[in-house]
Parts: sequence; structure tokens; C-alpha cells
Amino acid sequence: MESAAVIEILQSAVPGAAYEVGLSVDMPTIYVPAEHLVATCGVLRDLPTLQFNVLVEVTAADYLPREPRYEVVYHLLSVPNRQRLRVKVRVGANGSLPTVQSIWRGAGWPEREVWDMFGIVFDNHGDLRRLLMPEDWEGHPARKDYPVQIRKAAQTYEPLEVSEAEFRANIERDRLKRTH
Amino acid sequence: MAPATEQQHDHGLVDPELSFLTTKFEWLVQWARRSAIWPAQFGLACCAIEMMAMAASRYDIARFGAEVFRGSPRQSDLMIVAGRLSRKMAPAMRRVYDQMPDPKWVISMGACASVGGVFDNYAIVQGVDQVVPVDVFVPGCPPRPESLIYGIVQLQQKIERSRA
Amino acid sequence: MSEIRTETMTVNMGPQHPSTHGVLRLVLELDGEIIQSVMPTIGYLHTGIEKTAEQKKWQQVVPLVERMDYLAAQSNSLAYVLAVEKLLGLTMPQRVNDIRVLLAELQRLASHLIWLGTHAMEIGAVSMLFYAVRERELLLNINELIAGFRFFPSYFRIGGLREDLPRGFHEAVNAFLDRFPGKIDEFEGLLTKNDIFRRRTEGVGALTLEQAFQWGLVGPIARACGSDYDVRKYFPYCGYESYDFKIPTATEGDVYARYRVRVAEMRESVKICRQAIQRISPTGAWACDDTRVVPPPKDKVYTEMEALIQHFLIYSQGFTVPAGDAYVPVEGPRGEHGCYVVSDGTNRPWRVKMRAPSFMAIQALPTIVQGGLIADVVAVIGSNDVVMGDCDR
Repeated sequence: MESAAVIEILQSAVPGAAYEVGLSVDMPTIYVPAEHLVATCGVLRDLPTLQFNVLVEVTAADYLPREPRYEVVYHLLSVPNRQRLRVKVRVGANGSLPTVQSIWRGAGWPEREVWDMFGIVFDNHGDLRRLLMPEDWEGHPARKDYPVQIRKAAQTYEPLEVSEAEFRANIERDRLKRTH
Repeated sequence: MAPATEQQHDHGLVDPELSFLTTKFEWLVQWARRSAIWPAQFGLACCAIEMMAMAASRYDIARFGAEVFRGSPRQSDLMIVAGRLSRKMAPAMRRVYDQMPDPKWVISMGACASVGGVFDNYAIVQGVDQVVPVDVFVPGCPPRPESLIYGIVQLQQKIERSRA
Repeated sequence: MSEIRTETMTVNMGPQHPSTHGVLRLVLELDGEIIQSVMPTIGYLHTGIEKTAEQKKWQQVVPLVERMDYLAAQSNSLAYVLAVEKLLGLTMPQRVNDIRVLLAELQRLASHLIWLGTHAMEIGAVSMLFYAVRERELLLNINELIAGFRFFPSYFRIGGLREDLPRGFHEAVNAFLDRFPGKIDEFEGLLTKNDIFRRRTEGVGALTLEQAFQWGLVGPIARACGSDYDVRKYFPYCGYESYDFKIPTATEGDVYARYRVRVAEMRESVKICRQAIQRISPTGAWACDDTRVVPPPKDKVYTEMEALIQHFLIYSQGFTVPAGDAYVPVEGPRGEHGCYVVSDGTNRPWRVKMRAPSFMAIQALPTIVQGGLIADVVAVIGSNDVVMGDCDR
């Protein structure tokens, strides 16, 4: 099924959305505006002619000098219809887009990774925190303006920092709570 | 087995029989230590698979006394850092090293553990000797099991040369 | 009368653990020994391969990408190479495709052997590791024969292969293929009807097909739930449509079903390898004809000027790939491996992203082990066949 045919089906199901055909050499590609993303994905998953029931991957690419800066890419797979589709969403530098976790549960961690690596926020995600980098890392490494190598000493130890008063208070608190 | 009093540092001038005995005993202790080095499992990445191959039947490490890969660092003498150490893992590795009782040794296996390997980027610590003191570096990506066995033999010779 | 107060216990299966297949951290919340919740933390092996690949030329990315999923190294590089060849618009000679199929299937056998060895060892059958690694040594010998390197041969290149097959390749592969089915029978004899193994794996970690697809798990996990999705049959590549093989499936979706599916896959791989090795002639074409991408043979480089210039250009500044993006899925031992490659028309990639099946498998882990015992966590992680290098990249 070609990109234009997919867009035709989508246009009738989600009126008002401005879809575009994307150029590609391997699978049909469509551009979807961010505000219609969840509705479009719902249609893509449920309509019998489309039935994209597996979300294979969520990733992003940073095209730095260009505006809008990021393109978030969803690869979809339809097992019953033996079809693949690529959905792309253009996002600006501080932009955000809705999460598709309500449609495919497997989108949770890939979206977290996209946030971790690029800094693209997913609204209503519920668990948007660092996945691959340490929790207190600053910066989003996959952006084009982030350096490949940073000169930073390896953090070796996180000592337990509790004063003696706090330590004794913890023991007292735990002792009083034991009833068996 | 450190000498307790200053007298025994006099190279045997004070009490010849005593220092002869301590030297022999020291040799025995070092022989025991190097003949049964027990590694702690610290396989991180691809080198861990070569470490497993070294422990398996073709490149049998049991011949050298080191087949018991302990799960807990508290029961082991050797930490073979096998694989690339990422910045997130560095505190955990330091904690595992601190949990090992003395005497302990570290072999840095592979290029990534020794100098960062092919990955010169933000995520990999460029050499685990920034985090733990290393005794033997074994190069390779991944090093052949024979290389790693050679590294362990070098470590055994180092233990033989050192004081107890 | 004081009431009995109960609370859940939080236990950390830390990054350094014998059974977590690498550096995976699980924070388990337990009620006795029943698991209430699991929070996996990954990233302890994050290597920034994708960012590093943007600094290298196209051909230099192949060894980097191989080190992601270090047990199925050649399926990683196959996915990357196919994606770039799609962008370049190259078609390979039939012999190159057959060699790629053969090596990919041998790689699948090597990966499944480690899976079998470590999975059985963690469940308790420790000697399986030694048997499996012994067979794997023969496969690593074949790797050494073609590329001089046991693990990461970097034999697949953009434009074909690195060089022609060496002498002795056919004998080595045929000797292995003659010996191996008997070994699979031995392994099955040890485990398949083993009462202890069955009691630890049957009914454990069951997953329905609907759940598997929701979590994005396609591969042996989905095939154990009843799907017959296999990239080699649905979206064939490298000429797989001309080979005769079946896709083994099961319906229960538990750990035992995944074990049976993977062992049956090993037998099918041997079948494919036998068909492939018969089609491959000992010498012949090992790359496509495109001179922008494939370096000329060395004897021409030493004698002809054009070949010298071409060799120099390819190895100094590299070739350029037309702008665009491509994603080619490949059936790896863990599921669908794919490489999303974005090119901006220069001699370096703009973005390289590997789709990691282990990433999705660990994401689904809390759902799978909910309500089970701690021992089941070990069995489930082993059966999901997660490799942390693949997950963290």
C-alpha cells in the first residue's frame, strides 16, 4: 500500500489533519502533525484495512540547522496485512508531542529513551526520567550540539551521608515501630 | 604476613633462623595465594563471553586453580573487569571492589577496560584504572582466552614476586 | 492482642549479579517470595555507539555496530549493511546473498547455544554451559577461518563481503553441520523431558499473543505465543524466499514454550545452512560491481592507476550515500533487529539507530513476572534472551 493510499484512508477517518507524503526508498512514509498523532495512531491500529498492531520502534533524529529541529519517527508493523509504515512527526526545539502509550504499551521506554537522548518531551507520559544515562546527568547526548567526548572524572563512590543524630533517630524510629 | 617488629627487617643479621623461616613461610603463603585465585564475576559486555569460554572446557582455567567464579565479591580474590565500563556503572564497580577482602587483585580485560577501547565518547570511562587500581592489563577486543590465561599467569608471577 | 503487621520487602538484584545476563538492575518488591512489582534499571552498559557512529565513515561503522548485540554480532552488521545498501540502491550477486544467509544462520546457532547454556545453567543444569560452549567453539573456529577473528568478524561490508571465502571453508562447515544435529538431540535429551527443568519452566512467565504484540515483542517470544511472524518469511531479504524451512511455533507462551521454539529453530537453521552451503561455489563473486563502494582487487591496485585512485578514495575519504533514510529489518536470534539509517548525502552517517529486541523484552519484564517467585525472574530473563549490550547500545 502506498503512502498516498494510507493518507487517503486516514484523511477520511481523521478529518482536518494535514498529512504529507514522505520520500523513502523502503517503506511508505507519512508526516503527521503532532496534535493529531494520537487520533491517527488509534486509526492506524484499529482499522481493519490498516491494522498496525505492533509498534516496532520510536526514535528521533536531530537535523540541527533546520527548523523544526527534530523528527520523531515511529516504525509500525501490521502482522495480519504484512505491511510496514513509517510515521514521522516534526517537532521544534522546545516542542513536545503526546505519548502513544495508550495505543501501544510498548511505547513507554522508547519514548523515555528519546527524551533522555534528545530532550523531546512527551506529554502525559507519566514516567519521563533518565533511562540510559545516570539519573543526575545533565544534557541530552544525542543532540548534534552535544560533544562526543567530555573530559570528566569518573564518579566512583557515593558515600552514605547521614549525620550521627540522623542515624540514631532512624534506629529509634524503626525500633518503636516493631510490634512483633 | 607483615613483619611485626623492626628486628625482623635487619635482613637476618639479628636472628638468622627466624628470618629464614619467615621467608620460607612467606613463599608458601604466596604459593597458596597464586595457585588458587578465585575470580569474582564481573562480566560486563562481550569480554564476559570470552571469559566464559576461558572457563569452559577448551581453554580450561581450572588447570590454574581459578575455575570457581564466585557470585559474591566477598569470597573472591580477583576481579576480572571484562567489558566496557560505562559512567553509570563506575560507582557500582567501585563498591564491588571495596567489598572484596584483602589481598585482592584486578585484571583489566580487553581494550575497553584498559583504555576505553573503540569507544572514545561521553558514556565510557576511558580505562578502569581511573576507578580501581589495576595489576594486569590484557589487550584485545575481545582478547582470546589464551591471552587472558597468559594475563592470569603474569598475575601469578607478580604475586610470587611480591611480599605477603 | 497486637495484630500482625506485614509489609513488603524491597530487594535489589544489583547490576553485578550472576543471573541477570549482564548489567541489569532489578528492584524487586516482595511479599514473602511473591513478587509484587519489579522496576528494571538499564543503562549500565550504555556505550553511545550511535553517537560515535556519526563521527565515522560509513564502512567504519560496521565494527562498531557489531559490538552492540555481542552474541549476534553478524545480524547487527547485516541489518546495518542492508539498510545502507538500500539507500545506495545496490543489488548483490546471488553468491553474496547465499554466503550472507549461511553466516547469519551460523550466527543464530552460536547465539542460541549461549542462550541455551546460560539459561539452563541458571535454572540449575550447570553442565549445559560447558556442552554449549564446546559446540560454539567450532562455530568460532569458522569465524576465525573467514576473518581471523573469533567474535566480531566484520565480514559483512557495504557492497558485499570483505573478501572471498578461504580454502577449507566448505569442509569446516560441512563437518560442523554433520556433527551438530546429533548434539541438539543430546541437549534435548538432557532437558526437554527433564522433570526438574519442566517444573521450573512450565507455566512460568506466560504471555498472551495480544500482550506480546502490545509490548512490541516479535521474535521467539511471539512465536512461542502462537504467532508465525518471522521477518525471513514476511519480508524476505538476501534471498530467503528461495530456501525451504519452517517456522516453529508454540501456543502456551511460557518459558518452556520459548525453549522448545528456540531448539526447533536451531534445527531449522541447520537445514537452511545445508541448502546454502550447497549453492555456494568455493570461489566466485564476493561483492557487487559498484566501483564507488567496493575496493578493487589488490593486484589491480598495484598495477593500474585508476584502481589505485579508486582504492585511495574509498579508504581515505570514503564513499557518499544519497540523502534519505532507510530501515531494513532482519530476523536476529532475539527477534527483529533493524537499523534505521539517516543519510545527509555526505560520507558520514547522520543518524544510526538500531532497533533492540532486548530493550522491548526488558520493558515487558514487570508484566511477565508479576505474581511469580524470585526464582521465576531468573528463568524469565533467561528465556527472554536479553543481552544488555543490545538493550543499552
